[in-house]
Amino acid sequence: MLVLEARATQSATAAWLSPLLAMVLTALTGAVIFLAMGKTPGIALYIYFVEPLTSWSGLSEVAVKAGPLILIGIGLSLGFRAGVWNIGAEGQFIAGALLGSAPAVYFYDSVNPLILPAMLAMGVLGGMGWAAIPAFLKTRFNANEILVSLMLVYVAELLLVHLVQGPWRNPQGWGFPGTRMFPDVALLPMLFPGYRVHLGTLIAMAVPLLAWFVLTKSRFGFQVQVFGSAPLAARHAGINNHRMVWTTLLISGGLAGLAGVMEAASTIGQLMPKISPGYGFTAIIVAFLGRLHPVGVALAGTAIAVTYIGGEGAQISAGLPKAVTGLFQGIILFYLLAFDLLTRYRLVRIRRGERAA
Amino acid sequence: MTPQPLLQLQNIRKAFPGCLANDDIDLEVTPGEIHALLGENGAGKSTLVKIIYGALRPDQGQIRWRGDAVEIPNPAAARTLGIGMVFQHFSLFESMTTLENVALALPPQNLGELRVHLEQTARDYGLALQPDRHVYDLSMGERQRIEIVRCLLQNPSLLILDEPTSVLTPQETETLFATLGTLAREGRSILYISHKLEEVRMLCDRATILRGGRRVDDCIPAKETAHSLAEKMIGRRVESPPGHSASASSEIRLQVSDLSVQSDQPHGTDIAGVSFSVHAGEILGIAGIAGNGQIELMSALSGETGSPRAGSIQMLATEVSTLAPMARRRLGAVFVPEERIGQAAVSDLNLVQNSFLTSADRMGFVSHGLVDWAGVERYAGEILTRFDVKAAGTAALANSLSGGNLQKFIVGREILQQPQLLVVSQPTWGVDAGAAAAIHEQIQQLVSAGAGALVISQDLDEIFALCDRIAVISQGSLSPPRPTAKITTQEVGLLMGASREQPQEISHAGA
Amino acid sequence: MELLIASIMTMMTAATPLVFAATGELVSEKSGVLNLGVEGMMLIGAVFGFAAVTLTGTPLAGLLVGSLSGLLAALIFAVLTLTLLSNQVATGLALTIFGTGLSALVGLDYVGETIVQIRAVHLPVLSDLPIVGRLLFGHDPLVYLAIVILGLSGWFLKHTRWGMILRAVGDSDGSAHAIGYPVIAIRYAAVAFGGAMAGLGGAYLSLVYTPLWAENMTAGRGWIALALVVFASWRPSRVLLGAILFGGITILQLNAQAAGFGIPGAFMSMLPYIATIVVLVLISRDPIRIRLNAPACLGRPFRAER
Repeated sequence: MLVLEARATQSATAAWLSPLLAMVLTALTGAVIFLAMGKTPGIALYIYFVEPLTSWSGLSEVAVKAGPLILIGIGLSLGFRAGVWNIGAEGQFIAGALLGSAPAVYFYDSVNPLILPAMLAMGVLGGMGWAAIPAFLKTRFNANEILVSLMLVYVAELLLVHLVQGPWRNPQGWGFPGTRMFPDVALLPMLFPGYRVHLGTLIAMAVPLLAWFVLTKSRFGFQVQVFGSAPLAARHAGINNHRMVWTTLLISGGLAGLAGVMEAASTIGQLMPKISPGYGFTAIIVAFLGRLHPVGVALAGTAIAVTYIGGEGAQISAGLPKAVTGLFQGIILFYLLAFDLLTRYRLVRIRRGERAA
Repeated sequence: MTPQPLLQLQNIRKAFPGCLANDDIDLEVTPGEIHALLGENGAGKSTLVKIIYGALRPDQGQIRWRGDAVEIPNPAAARTLGIGMVFQHFSLFESMTTLENVALALPPQNLGELRVHLEQTARDYGLALQPDRHVYDLSMGERQRIEIVRCLLQNPSLLILDEPTSVLTPQETETLFATLGTLAREGRSILYISHKLEEVRMLCDRATILRGGRRVDDCIPAKETAHSLAEKMIGRRVESPPGHSASASSEIRLQVSDLSVQSDQPHGTDIAGVSFSVHAGEILGIAGIAGNGQIELMSALSGETGSPRAGSIQMLATEVSTLAPMARRRLGAVFVPEERIGQAAVSDLNLVQNSFLTSADRMGFVSHGLVDWAGVERYAGEILTRFDVKAAGTAALANSLSGGNLQKFIVGREILQQPQLLVVSQPTWGVDAGAAAAIHEQIQQLVSAGAGALVISQDLDEIFALCDRIAVISQGSLSPPRPTAKITTQEVGLLMGASREQPQEISHAGA
Repeated sequence: MELLIASIMTMMTAATPLVFAATGELVSEKSGVLNLGVEGMMLIGAVFGFAAVTLTGTPLAGLLVGSLSGLLAALIFAVLTLTLLSNQVATGLALTIFGTGLSALVGLDYVGETIVQIRAVHLPVLSDLPIVGRLLFGHDPLVYLAIVILGLSGWFLKHTRWGMILRAVGDSDGSAHAIGYPVIAIRYAAVAFGGAMAGLGGAYLSLVYTPLWAENMTAGRGWIALALVVFASWRPSRVLLGAILFGGITILQLNAQAAGFGIPGAFMSMLPYIATIVVLVLISRDPIRIRLNAPACLGRPFRAER
């Protein structure tokens, strides 16, 4: 008879193994799906998971996509550790892009190099401001942050559409929705000529290191941990409930906002009705896949970025619909959650009458 | 010739991961007897009765019922055989009514008829109940009566009670014993689980004693002394605690005046107009049945629930009612709450992290927001050695420790901070006798060294053994503290049941 | 007058998918399981229901397939949370992400397709009564089905033995297990019902309300249904009230956009989402009351020791 037995300590091996297992099984499931769609699984899988890594431009694109995923994922993982379920990062991403782009929209012929730092700062503020709404409503009125932050995604999307179709629309844009192109000084500099990797990608790579330091060395990192796994113990230890909700939401909102403005001020170079391919939601998967650990999040963000780029490639070269990528993301999370069990429990075979050690 | 036993257990064995809870246990219960299952916390009593009730399956061994070998795969099967059980942590549904709670444990039937039946049975056995009240509204005693009536309605031949008196006042205990006597005279058997020796001597016809998962003895309790029973149960000579050497000084360490707190729990008890003081060199005990405002008082003192509605709390001559928990600790007060796992300690953090939890400020482990983890690790090591905590090193997770060892660790963590005031709730609840004695000794040493201590406990033996003065909390009010020498158990019992609306407690059971 | 009647009629159709989804979620939550995957299950129900009608031409098949697919999606959630003890919040989010992706993929072939519509039943005499006739008897059959299912669920929970057991499991899983009820099996059933209802709600959207398939067409209705359960304080009777309220806001907003009061359309479209937030704030202000009404075991994993 197989039974589950609680582990005395969480298994570190299982913690690293389960995301890998989840990815492998997702690839296998993907093969079955491709087969069902009448594609050759081997080729499709190669396009999805390998091809993006075989060229410099592919790697550059992966890095560009991984940036926002890692930034948002780091913020969310901090919140999830603390049991604060901010799932509206998509809205905070848009809010950051909106507020952060305002200088570039209003000073569209500016040549002042200070405009870029100002935009980044305003992007962070925009994301924080959007996240402050669920924080305020949660601490003041006990309103569920999951539902509030999610509702605000729709509000932010509608606000963006309104602005780029109305007040902020490019007067020379032949009526197409979208702002003017940002001035050059308002764009994040590219790192290598010919590739789209930009300064924002570097910033995104640095954030996990900072997060790792905070989590392991600082008192705040410890408090986040306790607050998430034992709220009553946190209260007993004098960890302020409201302050934890506020800080974690502001940090995750700020990082999402930063990702938003950096997206607008780099590869897109303007605001459009759709500026995010669902980064805010995908980052939830990134956070879990990275086991809420900064290094894990960086790796998971990169892995998911590969499937994004692979998905685009598959659309062009194999005629595979982009929607497959979304399906993969759901499946990988299912597998991960299933394997999670193994980090907390182990399977043991018990024969009747066997004497336990 | 002895009558055929109602229940026989032969060679029952049950192992859990990492622990052998029942090792080769035999037990025999004859019709109409009150049979005690006596043992310390962790001796395997609960596991054994869960096996009898079908809530656990034995790994090995046989159960015979009226002479026939039976399998009891689930509680429903146990009930069909005629086995009823009253759980220690009640198996009741708080948001549902008494009637619904009873109905859930019985085969489907018309609720109207059940109500009549319920009221009849309750009257017959002197167990006052109100069918339409929600359980969250009820006292512990009333909740227990629901469980008992619920069993009796199934007309059981064997009734199992797991530590039934731990939530009762002495007066309620007497009523319960009268009811149990009636049941035994009707020919029903009772399996009575307890670690309280005097009770077993008073009530039970026979006793089976468990220790460390094994049956160590059978005896007739009336022929034993409490002392001899204790030795069988614990397995070595027991010594009474030495007491502390300090005497109360005039210096006040904790002064609570007219404190009123609104509970933040859904079914909590508000506390109102509570006043008392704790002096240096004394232990004040607060007795009372669980759920009478102890949790609210404790969290108001530790500062976990914010400012009280009214009144003042002074610790070490400072008004603290608006101070956060850590600020109170910095003044020199420490707190040991009732919940070990999840409140005093975090189960999935290791002992180093758990050491840091409450000691961060007072031990100076934080500078510029960064933690001196090496220092914390040394501190954790010191706790383990000084307080004899059995653990696989400081990297062990809190949930890998036994209840007794974890409590020693928690008390040690607070005492090593050299507090001037210790506030502790249920210090030895559910821990084995060895650990309990060690914890009592530590508290007394601390007080001997000049600290003041407040002990909140529902264990009257503990309160009387440990405290210099005793007050009783009931329904959120506190009786004036009185010196231990000038108050009896009976008086404390009356205070524990005071001001509760007690619907015709006078029993005609056994009349 | 005509406009008012028409508005009330459309309000009911806007409320109906919410009634389905919220009823299912309420039953699931009453058993102690918080399934945040409603949005995903609705999308799955919407797309499979639509596909079934396109393939068979029978609306009934669409409804059956829609609710069955929602049920199957809920079972994935149930296996993960109830058998494998995964975190309910995370798993619910996963289900929504999965449902969004799966429905987008399956729906690729159906974008822009049209289907056989489900029409209002026409009752002789009754439906022809002035005003009342249409208001009471002029809806499509699913509006009545939603109300009947809601009523039956309320009756089941309050007055039947199994309903009492289901509430007991949500109130104290440990006690229910100690008395001998199969906690996990009961929760499986409740989650499955929740999935079937969410699927039906989704199918209603794609088959009756729009009627067409578009990616992400639920537009947050699954989340609004979750908010409705909180708004209703876990009482079925209040679900209907809340759903009609939201239906009303949706219609008001559509009419106002059509009338063009000078308020940008985007701001009018925000109304249902902002209303959800406002309602949540109003209902959650008193944390003790929320905890009194919420099933005590909501969201907690349960593992029986044997």
